[in-house]
Amino acid sequence: MASEIDSAAKALPTGPGGSSRNARHAWKTVKGVLGVLVAVAFTFLGLLAITFFIGRVVPIDPVLAVVGDRAPRAVYEAVRIEMGLDKPLIVQFFHYVGNVLTGDLGMSVSTGRPVAEDLARVFPATLEMATIGIIIGVALGVPMGVYAASRQGSLVDQVIRVVGLLGYSVPAFWLGLVGLALFYAKLQWVGGPGRIDIFYDGIIEPVTGLLLIDSLLAGDIEIFVNALTHIALPAAVLGFFSLAYIARMTRSFMLDQLAQEYVTTARVKGVSERLVLWRHAFRPILVPLITVIGLSYAGLLEGSVMIETVFSWPGIGNYLTTALLNADMNAVLGATLVIGAVFIGINKISDVLYRVLDPRAR
Amino acid sequence: MNALLEIRNLKVTFPTARGPVDVVKGLSLTLGRERLGIVGESGSGKSMTGRSILRLIRSPGQVTADEMTFNGTDLLSLSEKQMRSIRGARISMVMQDPKFSLNPVMTIGDQIAEALLTHQKLGRSDIRNRTLAMLEAVRINDPERVLGLYPHEVSGGMGQRVMIAMMLIPEPDLLIADEPTSALDVSVQAQVLEIIDDLVKRKGMGLILISHDLDLVSAYCDRILVMRSGEVVEECDAGELKNAKHPYTRGLLASIPRIDESRDELPVLERTGAST
Amino acid sequence: MATTRDWLLDDSPSSRLQARLGRSYRLARALSRNPLAMVGAIIVATLILVALFAPWIATHSPIGQDLAMRLKPPSWDNWMGTDELGRDIWSRVVYGARITLMIVALVAVLAAPVGLVIGAVAGYFGGWVDRILMGITDIFLSMPKLILALAFVAALGPGIQNAIIAIAIATWPGYARIARAETLTIRNSEFVSAVELQGASSFRVIVNHILPLCTSSMIIRVTLDMAGIILTAAGLGFIGLGAQPPLPEWGAMISRGRSFILDQWWVATMPGFAIVIVSLGFCFLGDGLRDVLDPKHGDRQ
Repeated sequence: MASEIDSAAKALPTGPGGSSRNARHAWKTVKGVLGVLVAVAFTFLGLLAITFFIGRVVPIDPVLAVVGDRAPRAVYEAVRIEMGLDKPLIVQFFHYVGNVLTGDLGMSVSTGRPVAEDLARVFPATLEMATIGIIIGVALGVPMGVYAASRQGSLVDQVIRVVGLLGYSVPAFWLGLVGLALFYAKLQWVGGPGRIDIFYDGIIEPVTGLLLIDSLLAGDIEIFVNALTHIALPAAVLGFFSLAYIARMTRSFMLDQLAQEYVTTARVKGVSERLVLWRHAFRPILVPLITVIGLSYAGLLEGSVMIETVFSWPGIGNYLTTALLNADMNAVLGATLVIGAVFIGINKISDVLYRVLDPRAR
Repeated sequence: MNALLEIRNLKVTFPTARGPVDVVKGLSLTLGRERLGIVGESGSGKSMTGRSILRLIRSPGQVTADEMTFNGTDLLSLSEKQMRSIRGARISMVMQDPKFSLNPVMTIGDQIAEALLTHQKLGRSDIRNRTLAMLEAVRINDPERVLGLYPHEVSGGMGQRVMIAMMLIPEPDLLIADEPTSALDVSVQAQVLEIIDDLVKRKGMGLILISHDLDLVSAYCDRILVMRSGEVVEECDAGELKNAKHPYTRGLLASIPRIDESRDELPVLERTGAST
Repeated sequence: MATTRDWLLDDSPSSRLQARLGRSYRLARALSRNPLAMVGAIIVATLILVALFAPWIATHSPIGQDLAMRLKPPSWDNWMGTDELGRDIWSRVVYGARITLMIVALVAVLAAPVGLVIGAVAGYFGGWVDRILMGITDIFLSMPKLILALAFVAALGPGIQNAIIAIAIATWPGYARIARAETLTIRNSEFVSAVELQGASSFRVIVNHILPLCTSSMIIRVTLDMAGIILTAAGLGFIGLGAQPPLPEWGAMISRGRSFILDQWWVATMPGFAIVIVSLGFCFLGDGLRDVLDPKHGDRQ
């Protein structure tokens, strides 16, 4: 018996003699945070290695990409030295890392501005769309997944399963086009391409860059509503993909949970099926679900690349595709880097949240 | 004495690729406010029997019986909602391993309180006092602190005592204990069983103790059923076990090692005919 | 009949052949009880047949232009209508099946073995080899696949070959992860120690004993990935970096139809349905295979 109490006390952060324990606990936290930071730094360095590799090594001749194949020899050589290509690869790489860390992503050939500046300008548009998309995905996907799991094998479950798989099978750009044809051209429920109607364009001074918030800050309801009709369809298309993924994962987590012994315990206690579902089966999956939602949110960045082209949405995806078609490598790599960094960031944040929120991992 | 639980011809059936399989084949028992032990090897259907009394066999499993009455109520004819008001409040069950049977993300206090609140409307302080009293009843010394702990923060023995507290706090008439000690350290097994035994006696409940351990069951029960592949092969008073007639029971008894014995080889059960 | 079945289902097969056939039979039987998997198998089989027999299934030439017939809605003659150059969309979709099948097959052939070997080597040797190989794998995995493929195509230049290479580069890390996980579980098993004690070289152990055991989880993963590969390829085609005109690649066809989406909806919509159906087919089949081969893993990714 004594040993039991002792072992219980060990787990308690403020047991008797808690001060040294607290210190140990704090040290553990610091070590955990440091570990995550080091991991992030390494992943980011790897990401830079990939973009460097793509930019300097994969093309047959990066100089030609800049000067064109008609340039005189002298110009070619000058550019080669200017680009630092005469130095060893590893020196070039450190130079590149240094540039990126100081926020220098080079100039964009197509816009004539620094890539970093361009990206800061276009990113909020994507963020706004993806955020509304994830809200739709969570609000619909989680209940769908829970419901499907509670009726495993039923018709509704089968339908939700197929919807989940459709999320893996429908091309985002195609769904966007079909949506435009149906809801904009035919039914006129939503606004067309772009973030806003042309005659409202440029009225709102960007503060956050998020049009919905900026228009509210400016107190302009008319523009807010107009922006809302424009964002509704692309966000709904993105929302569908996150819904499909979230519903699928929620369903599978819930099926795992419903087979757990403590769910039976709850039933033995006479707890109603609704509470068994939400309090006993759902609550333990909240934490892994946060990871799934984080992944899905990051995935929407990927989806936005395709969607934005279709909806002429002036976000990072559109910027990337335009750059791709113009062979504007600095812009391509800059956008890749930013998307990759956000992707890594969201993943690590959900990782940390997992550890903070789960009582078992504390 | 009026029977607390009356079961006649209970069958539990699961469909498999090779057709339906009966895991309990026509079990009958009558239980008063006494302690009944059900013994058998794993797969003998003893756990299924316990769960089918609570109607907790999930589909595709099927439960049928000619009669299954609890205090005169026909359990099989109850609606799911009526059944819920029986579960926990009238019939409860302690399960095998507190590591799996306690909800990992709810505090112990919340889980015990839930058992109470599901069946009664009580004020905050009432719940707290009763929960604390119940934890003390299962011999937890510092209930105040344990209330706020999560299950992974307590040992197996304490977890099982929490489980018992949770199952007994609504004061049921019948407790089913399904292998309540087999996941625990040997050192705390006896203590947990004594707590169960003490509370059952004090509150005058019925107890069904399900175990694979013949010694344990004969020590804590008044009567014993021996099950084998879904059927009851022996039924006797605990004191009469030494005189058991069925060869299977005698086999089980013979394979228990004794400290004062000297045999070269432990006898192995004769299993001809028992294909499952 | 009954005796063949008994022979196949024998619990103690007397030859390797019998064991293998029995296993395939059990698999096929389990799959056939899963309706979604059957639908998937039929779709995939249809894709293969259509690709093989495209000239007989198509009603028109996939590249033959007829400006008098441009942008005609679906009709008895042109089942899916015609595009802006008067080409029959049905015939183009049918020939497009060849391109799609080629892309998924080549990506699988390029990416799966690379991932399998890297994962198995990392898992078998452990230590520094493992750390370095998995470090590289994780960096690739930390990037969104489509973005990675896009960046590579941008550097390599547009075209269907480069698209396939880029997609393969973005795909292998997932396979390496799986192969490593499988290898770790196999690595410490008794039979591997037995082979090692007999003096087998690491190469021999990996090739003869570890790789074959990774295949079933690999097949599941590859099948499930097919949909993603098709979507990425179509996406590259849509942006204009994948298959180039006049190749009847489905993504590129949707891209051409984009300008007419408001009035001539069928030009962009029809190839999209082909993509959805084929991808869904692979998903159903992959899901079913996983349920049969790997029931414990459930829906987890």
